[in-house]
Amino acid sequence: MNKMAEMFSRQLEQGSDGSTQRLERIRAGLSARHSRERRFRAYGIAAIVAALGFVAILFSMILYQGLPAFTQATLTVDVFFDPEIIEADDIPVQVEGQSAAEYQKAQLDWQRQVTMLNWNRVVEQAILAAAPDIEIDTRAVLSVVETSERFRLRDMFVADPGLLGKTVSVDMLASANTDNWLKGNIDRSLPDSQQQLSPEARALADRLMEEGKMRFSFAAHIFSNVDSRSAPASAGLAGAFVGSLYMMLVVIVLAVPIGVASAVYLEEFAPKNRLTDFIEVNINNLAAVPSIVFGLLGAAVFINYFRLPLSAPLVGGLVLTLMTLPTVIIATRSALRAVPPSLRQAALGLGASKTQTVFHHVLPVTYPGILTATIIGVAQALGETAPLLLIGMNAFVAQIPSTPMDQSTALPVQIYLWQGNENRNFFEARTSAAIIVLLGLMLTLNAIAIFLRTRLERRK
Amino acid sequence: MHMPAEKIVAQSDLYSMESPTVRTPDENPRPVRVSARNVNVFYGTKQALFDVSIDVPEKAVTAFIGPSGCGKSTFLRCLNRMNDTIEGCRVTGAIALDGSDIYDQALDVVELRARVGMVFQKPNPFPKSIYENVSYGPRIHGLARSRAELDAIVEASLQKAGLWNEVKDRLSEPGTGLSGGQQQRLCIARAIAVSPEVILMDEPCSALDPIATARIEELIDELKQNYTIVIVTHSMQQAARVSQRTAFFHLGILVEEGPTDLIFTSPGEKRTQDYITGRFG
Repeated sequence: MNKMAEMFSRQLEQGSDGSTQRLERIRAGLSARHSRERRFRAYGIAAIVAALGFVAILFSMILYQGLPAFTQATLTVDVFFDPEIIEADDIPVQVEGQSAAEYQKAQLDWQRQVTMLNWNRVVEQAILAAAPDIEIDTRAVLSVVETSERFRLRDMFVADPGLLGKTVSVDMLASANTDNWLKGNIDRSLPDSQQQLSPEARALADRLMEEGKMRFSFAAHIFSNVDSRSAPASAGLAGAFVGSLYMMLVVIVLAVPIGVASAVYLEEFAPKNRLTDFIEVNINNLAAVPSIVFGLLGAAVFINYFRLPLSAPLVGGLVLTLMTLPTVIIATRSALRAVPPSLRQAALGLGASKTQTVFHHVLPVTYPGILTATIIGVAQALGETAPLLLIGMNAFVAQIPSTPMDQSTALPVQIYLWQGNENRNFFEARTSAAIIVLLGLMLTLNAIAIFLRTRLERRK
Repeated sequence: MHMPAEKIVAQSDLYSMESPTVRTPDENPRPVRVSARNVNVFYGTKQALFDVSIDVPEKAVTAFIGPSGCGKSTFLRCLNRMNDTIEGCRVTGAIALDGSDIYDQALDVVELRARVGMVFQKPNPFPKSIYENVSYGPRIHGLARSRAELDAIVEASLQKAGLWNEVKDRLSEPGTGLSGGQQQRLCIARAIAVSPEVILMDEPCSALDPIATARIEELIDELKQNYTIVIVTHSMQQAARVSQRTAFFHLGILVEEGPTDLIFTSPGEKRTQDYITGRFG
């Protein structure tokens, strides 16, 4: 050290010579310093470009695969409600002296009778009328449209029995196999034995397409229908979407108050001792627990012990709440820690109590942080699949749950289920479509988070 | 906070106790508002204040001066028990406000802070509107029965703080949008809105430019008509300008306390003289 000091003082004494020497030394190092800076910047840019590249590849793959699923082959034909096939009694009317229960029973009897009719023939006749000169058997004709379409005709008739003997134009969904054939999801040059449709059915589909009776139209039913195995072309996301929505509600209702309250207590009121240190360490550990473990916990506690129903969004929501809690607690605590002490002092100095200080001044400042944490936590929970598999939410559920206690599935689980569906050719696109919907939902949530945060911050 | 048994002083004894050793006679003594006897403050095991005893007269400005780390702010914060909020801080001795012990178990610290207001070093308005800043204290203490009464308190406080004319047209704008000097006057308005008996000021001008400082000093001069003011300051000139009494702290000890003009013209202690002549500090 002393030597250095001597050298330095000698340099100073040397006056102008020393200063030029010093300058030269600084200059000699400059280029190395600058090139180091440039290199570092280049690494950073390369990392960002690589990350963006992967994201772009991911998104373009998903969009490329998924977007075709949003249009589906649809057949528009004139359906004749043939009185010879539809041999049903007149719809019952309430006669005098008939009780409400009796009238309802008569109605149900009539509906049952209508259901038993051969609606397949109505469908077949309608298609054959659209392509009169083709030679084809009944099975092949019916394989062109989705099996659920006959029920649609029945429902139309139940809703309006006056249709009997009339002809109406109806849009019918083509079957998944027809859709595959027309979209070219299956190599069209493959031999008959490897095709899903018979040669006659393929010819019929091609002809209807040529004549413009069959076309690709927007598949709105993806959003309004529930999952279906017997009629895969009509399978939709509505059940899973509502299930996910219920779970989000449970998560928001439980995780936000519990998480914020715990964070406020731990940060503002709890004495700093071993116990609170222990709790803090464990909350941090909880954030790192693999999600499937929470699923096991949910199965053991909520289902086996508390006897809550299997496959219910309530249980899913409880499990996801446990998963989201650490995120909310940790983020809220760091937001509270970031509040300047001068704000607390200002309130305390005025004679505000501890609680008033926290709730009137400290918490409002942290709202943007808490909000962001909540939405990130909820978005995380929304995309979680593994724990839901363990509490039975991977069941096939063909109805929209009307309460959080009903059986249901969730969006990511629906993706998982479709991904494993036997009809690969059709469900590959459907899976990507579901991913697009899920990603869209997450982006929306994040956009809301950013919007609310900037608004809250501006209000300050 | 808990006083050793031998140091607990009955409230009635506080005035009859012997006066602090370092005193200079006051020609025109005012009634005493705050009196401290043998106050010791510890941060953990480190002692920050040693046996401080002082009387603060009513409706006058008392300045605490001394070099950084001398304990003047620590002592100020004892007077409204803001030290309670610091982890590991312990106070022994007796401090009385109007003759009653403020470290008494039965005394509510919220009530104490409503009686002893505080203005901090850095202006710290709430991130709310100017109106809400001033009305917050009266609101939590239930001082106004109606909106009109609250409006009157806000206006009067801002008038007294000399800020009314500058902000009367933008009471709903955030207090944080004001300039530094205005913010500090807003903090003073916020403190006097509760009508405290004593106002503690912890280096209120150290973050302000000279013009804003001059305004605050004028304001302090006006406020002393109605309030007992204790001000901690780094600036000896400021102490000389605004205070009637000055106390000099050094290394946690109250070295000397007396009328400001006496302290600055003929200090009784060498350390005081060295400090005010700029030999250290």
